[in-house]
Amino acid sequence: MKLRDIAHSRTGDKGNTSNVSVIAYDPSDYELLCAYVTTDRVKQLFDGIVNGEVTRYELPGIGALNFVMTEALGGGVTRSLAIDAHGKSLSSALLNMDLPDDLRSGSYE
Amino acid sequence: MRTIRIGAGAGYSGDRIEPAVELAEKGKLDYLVFECLAERTIALAQAARLKDPSAGFDPLLEARMKAVLPACRANGVRIVTNMGAANPVSAARATTAIARQLGLRGLKIAAVTGDDVLGDLKNSDRHLDIGCTVEGLGNRIASANAYLGGASIAQALRDGADVVITGRAADPSLFLGPLIHEFDWAMDDWPLLGRGILVGHLLECAGQVTGGYFADPGYKDVKDLARLGFPIGEVREDGDLIVTKVAGSGGRVTAATVKEQLLYEIHDPARYFQPDVVADFSRVQVEEIGEDRVHVIGASGTPKTGELKVSVGYIDSYVGEGQISYAGPGAHERGRLAIEIVRERLALSGVETSELRSDLIGSNALHGENLSLGCQPYEVRVRVIGRTETLAEARRIGEEVETLYTNGPAGGGGAWKSAREVVAVASTLIPEADVRTAVQYFEA
Repeated sequence: MKLRDIAHSRTGDKGNTSNVSVIAYDPSDYELLCAYVTTDRVKQLFDGIVNGEVTRYELPGIGALNFVMTEALGGGVTRSLAIDAHGKSLSSALLNMDLPDDLRSGSYE
Repeated sequence: MRTIRIGAGAGYSGDRIEPAVELAEKGKLDYLVFECLAERTIALAQAARLKDPSAGFDPLLEARMKAVLPACRANGVRIVTNMGAANPVSAARATTAIARQLGLRGLKIAAVTGDDVLGDLKNSDRHLDIGCTVEGLGNRIASANAYLGGASIAQALRDGADVVITGRAADPSLFLGPLIHEFDWAMDDWPLLGRGILVGHLLECAGQVTGGYFADPGYKDVKDLARLGFPIGEVREDGDLIVTKVAGSGGRVTAATVKEQLLYEIHDPARYFQPDVVADFSRVQVEEIGEDRVHVIGASGTPKTGELKVSVGYIDSYVGEGQISYAGPGAHERGRLAIEIVRERLALSGVETSELRSDLIGSNALHGENLSLGCQPYEVRVRVIGRTETLAEARRIGEEVETLYTNGPAGGGGAWKSAREVVAVASTLIPEADVRTAVQYFEA
């Protein structure tokens, strides 16, 4: 199972900081997102792309998480040498995250 | 309780124009807002103004105004926009001339100024977020503009302006201004101002809340993106918001489209710093109450910081780039060889780069090696790009890619090169009291 099966996402940019939201299609999956899509897993996924900190903000009211990643845009949108200077496609990379198939039974670590 | 209808007619400077015309004609709007100023735009506009004192406003201002002014006048829709960029006064003059050509006599146009703080800031020792002071940029500085709040926009509307043109203002301020004016909101009613910021935040990117930047076939389907309708906010006096769009237009407004936009470019949702308030979106809730109608509640706010963000444009460096394609069996390997050759050539010929990046487009260009492993494409496009101190050196990078035609791996095709100056943006904060805004009026 992929994160894409239970959540959608959008990337935003400010300077050299990228934020990527993860929003549960079904609000009842929010707790699963909280348990599995951790700061450490996101940091690991974006190893080599994000050079700064990853902070997670929780929004239970809309069943969403917001990951804020510093030093993530090659020095900032206005000076980045990357083909996607805004990092708009980072949301698609995050949704490609593998989830355990037994996610809902909660037997993963 | 009174409700007003605000439409968003543009989410960036190059945005589609027809959806704005559709809103002006069929949106039953009170206000139409155009947000057209990206981080760097104003620095480029400032350079244009230096060459021609009457230039420096949005290049599409005239096309947009010609397209929407007649319907706005006929339907009593007032316009607020930051298309003034580096020259709101000239933008207002140009709009006045267009209104006259269109026979819209008596139309009142306001220009909000004061965001340009370059003169005051140029020699200051204020620290920028790039690790030097403003003064340290020397003659590389191109512009310095403070993000204005909604008060001057509200003032212009109170004085009867039909069109309000600003330079740099915080994007949500363009929506907050009309709300402050219409509902007489107190400038220290933080929860109410926070709700107003949410209205602006959800609407300011136009199509991004009505199904644009959203579609993912099979997962998130959106109909008729070629005819995407732009959003309308129905805002009640107490800040209650319904997001909707013109019936029959393309796209959709759902809880999901609103949630994605709610978090777009947000860091801590409980502390979204704005000139007039620190908005709190952390307890927002959204509910679908009809087709393309989403009710949004729960935003709040805390006192403003008293400081304004200033974005400083400066000449950062030069960038040179070259691209070339390889296809068929071994395309990947030939692409890698091409990159090695270019890197060696740049070293051999003494081109100094502070940063040099190479990508295989179609293979690893977007997210690097880690996330691209194990996928072998039929074709790759080599891209080598580097940062230099001079334009001459930047040109050398693309030239070295081009010479791969006759000196590189077999079958390289479609070489392309470019070199450009990089105007980048840094930021700092200044006390709000240091910024003196003013409003000038013109009549068609």
